[in-house]
Amino acid sequence: MATRAVISIPAAIKANEAFEVRATVAHAMETGYRSSDEGARLPRDLVRRFECRLDGELVFAADLFAAISANPYVSFWMRVGKAGELRFSWRGDNGFEHFETRTLNVT
Amino acid sequence: MRALLLLLVALTAHADDRRSGRDTMSPALRTLQADDAQHPAQLALALGRDLWAQGSKSCASCHGEPEKLRGAATRYPAFDKGLIDLPGRIQRCRVRHQQQPAWAPEAEPLLALTALVAQQSRGLPVAPPKGPELDAAASKGQQLYNARAGALNLSCAQCHDERAGLRLGGSLIPQAHVDDYPVYRLEWQSLGSLQRRLRGCLSGVRAQVPAWDSAELLALEVYLARRSAGMTMQPPGVRP
Repeated sequence: MATRAVISIPAAIKANEAFEVRATVAHAMETGYRSSDEGARLPRDLVRRFECRLDGELVFAADLFAAISANPYVSFWMRVGKAGELRFSWRGDNGFEHFETRTLNVT
Repeated sequence: MRALLLLLVALTAHADDRRSGRDTMSPALRTLQADDAQHPAQLALALGRDLWAQGSKSCASCHGEPEKLRGAATRYPAFDKGLIDLPGRIQRCRVRHQQQPAWAPEAEPLLALTALVAQQSRGLPVAPPKGPELDAAASKGQQLYNARAGALNLSCAQCHDERAGLRLGGSLIPQAHVDDYPVYRLEWQSLGSLQRRLRGCLSGVRAQVPAWDSAELLALEVYLARRSAGMTMQPPGVRP
């Protein structure tokens, strides 16, 4: 099934005023420590890094580890002076990659 | 005066002391369920909406927008040529009308669609239907609810009626109301149906776990829906 992500950003943003960005991506975040019902070790499969860039400039990043739950949810605050484009990326084990872009409507 | 006092006593005796599991959770979890932008089932709901419109004979082609099914989830389990719960109804629709193979129990798309349909009944009271077959199932379900089971020799009622509000290990024992299903359980790290919850409890007391969609599980579901009748639904729920 195609990877899915849900991102929530306020519909209208005021310049230089803080707003919250929330992002979650569908991912099992398999720790590598669990075994299946049949007893076989489930191989580690994690999202390793989350990044958010505003017009190419890194504004937020997080390294994720095995203790983080499935469908990792990240929320952070930011402030912008003008309209721009936010680009979100999730990268992880087994070549996992997912990208989303959102346009900021600044008034 | 005496009559008034008696009336008052009678009224307080009939006050509803049922409490939904969502009201006994920690404040953090309550926020998680109340805020759609934080809700861990939001990915499933988004998937449900995609699936709803997918294919030549999509759910939308018969039912229209999912919002049109407001209230549908309050009326399950129902009787329609056999007992059927909400995931069962979605499976039946898929097999009969969409001519697609049935999903495995607890398959991600099945739970996503169940959550989407259930979500439309937020704020409505649980309103399980009546009927001779359902009445029979409810009394069988009640019997199962009160019967001791498993190596631990425990009935549902011993925990969820007699010891509700106390603790089992570190966790609060809820009153076992079914107003928020399907729920996103943090322990499961995914959505799960009421049947999964029941099977989990039964395996917890080390009883023989009934098969998916078995008469026992459906009877319990019918009884539990009546036990929670009138309570406000807020599906999909979040549970620890």
